[in-house]
Amino acid sequence: MATQELQVEDRARGGWFASLVDRPEWLGPLMIGPAVLYIVLLVGLPFFLALYYSLTDITAGSRTLGFVGLRHFTDIIGTTKFQTALKNTFIFAVGSQVVVIVLASILALAMQRDFRGKWLVRFLILLPWVAPISLGTIGWLWIFDSVYSVINWTLEALGLITQDTWPMWLGKPYLAMISVVGVHVWRLLPLATVILLAGLSSIPQDIHDAAQVDGASFWRHLVQITLPLIRPIMLVATLFGVVFAFTDMIVIFVLTRGGPYDTTQVLATLAFFTGIQGGDLGEGAAIAVFLFPLLLAVAVVFLRVARRSEVV
Amino acid sequence: MAAGTRLRRAAGHGGHWSVIGVFTLFSAFPFYWMLITTFKRTGDLMKRGNNPFIYNEPPTLENLRVLFFDTLYVRWLGNTLLVGVLVVVITLLLAVPAGYALARLTGRWGEQLGIGIFLTYLVPPTLLFIPMSRVIGDLGLQDSLWSLVLVYPSFTVPFCTWLLMGFFKAIPPDLEEAAMIDGESRLGAFVKIVIPISVAGILTVVIFTLTLVMQEFVYALTFISSVSQFTVSVGVPTFLVRGDVYFWGSLMAGCFIASVPVAVLYNFFVDRFIAGFTVGAIK
Repeated sequence: MATQELQVEDRARGGWFASLVDRPEWLGPLMIGPAVLYIVLLVGLPFFLALYYSLTDITAGSRTLGFVGLRHFTDIIGTTKFQTALKNTFIFAVGSQVVVIVLASILALAMQRDFRGKWLVRFLILLPWVAPISLGTIGWLWIFDSVYSVINWTLEALGLITQDTWPMWLGKPYLAMISVVGVHVWRLLPLATVILLAGLSSIPQDIHDAAQVDGASFWRHLVQITLPLIRPIMLVATLFGVVFAFTDMIVIFVLTRGGPYDTTQVLATLAFFTGIQGGDLGEGAAIAVFLFPLLLAVAVVFLRVARRSEVV
Repeated sequence: MAAGTRLRRAAGHGGHWSVIGVFTLFSAFPFYWMLITTFKRTGDLMKRGNNPFIYNEPPTLENLRVLFFDTLYVRWLGNTLLVGVLVVVITLLLAVPAGYALARLTGRWGEQLGIGIFLTYLVPPTLLFIPMSRVIGDLGLQDSLWSLVLVYPSFTVPFCTWLLMGFFKAIPPDLEEAAMIDGESRLGAFVKIVIPISVAGILTVVIFTLTLVMQEFVYALTFISSVSQFTVSVGVPTFLVRGDVYFWGSLMAGCFIASVPVAVLYNFFVDRFIAGFTVGAIK
């Protein structure tokens, strides 16, 4: 009796806040509210602003903005600059993702085994993902240097090229695209590999044992057992890779700035050069908005995977 | 027969090691190359025909001296650290309670909300940086490190909330329930029981937040224009690469020093990070 009175008194003294915090139906929203508010203000709001800006004639200096409807979209769609950027975005993203998934599968299968020095190998393989991308990419800028490229030096020493056939990695359109895709593969390979490794190690050992007992060959084992079992996780790895590849501008910004002659320009870099460096926020926003349908598609697939795996 | 098997196994071993070797070379070579270049004299680097794999002239510390004393590199490291610490504080204040609420208090709608929050991590800076630059300008934060402190939690909070949610879910609820029977409030149990045993999870979040801040490039490039306000990831590629004369030795030193220690730190926590990425796709 006495303690109960004390508690009531306590609660009254603590005021409305204490009583609010004691109730789970209030405490939950109270704890999660600030984070949600922050995200709404700093992701949600700018996102809608991006959509809104793309319909206006806003520039970096202007104090007023006029509504121009879909003019930016109709304007940019016709330009070769935009069409090239759109095409390059797909080449860059799809190209690097296909290579990443193939290489990551091979590497993950090799890393699945135990061997001496595995932790060191793992550390070295993870480096490109973990180190700041802009800095890792500068390493490549030096490796691809037009005069002092170590690749070219090696190729020449092996007698494969001469000074006349010296490849200008970042100076020729096709080579430049191959180079930026290659560097992007380099950067995303570790992530895909560790995700696939997590998938591989989640397969119960009995399944492998059963296949062994049945005398399945290496390839049959791989194609009919291992690959189907890691398909969902492969999808996850691909989804992240696609998002990072479609929206990335760092590798291209550091290596080529979209050059030579815009042949490696992608939507993200074009949006930057138009909107930020050029000051035409409206048109820049319109270019960036083209990334949105893609992200939406990825989100939908992701939700599906998340839901399905919950049921299983 | 036995010899054949042994031969095949040896070939398998060789194949395995060559796969591992090629991939390791591919991944690590640029960093090895940074390290080699760091100690090379400019004359050695800039002489065509010199074998780039060896030191044709004796190694030097000159490049490091230039980097640390003739550029703003140390300032950039300091800026990055300052932003990193502040962003860590904001991220923890927002993500720890949010992660706990999602793990325990919100039920079905909380789960949906959790996935929603995680998905915002996928909204890229390249979609948001244009309106952001205007908002930052209107707030008067243009060219100030505070703009980064304000904006960076927009990608650290979603991912860290998601990570912490997984972490809190793994703690048995009995612990808090026992404390609550003893008269603690839910909040009291969270602060006195759950947080102390979650130090590992919180530490993981701290490391990730720091590495994400260290890696961020697009916002810093967009908001900051004064050399003295750069972070490392932007200062090195924009300022040190500007112009026709590249100081490759100092440049590579700057890249190596800012990359590898972070990588070592991160490596200890990478499994948790992957667990966050793979969500429910594996059991």
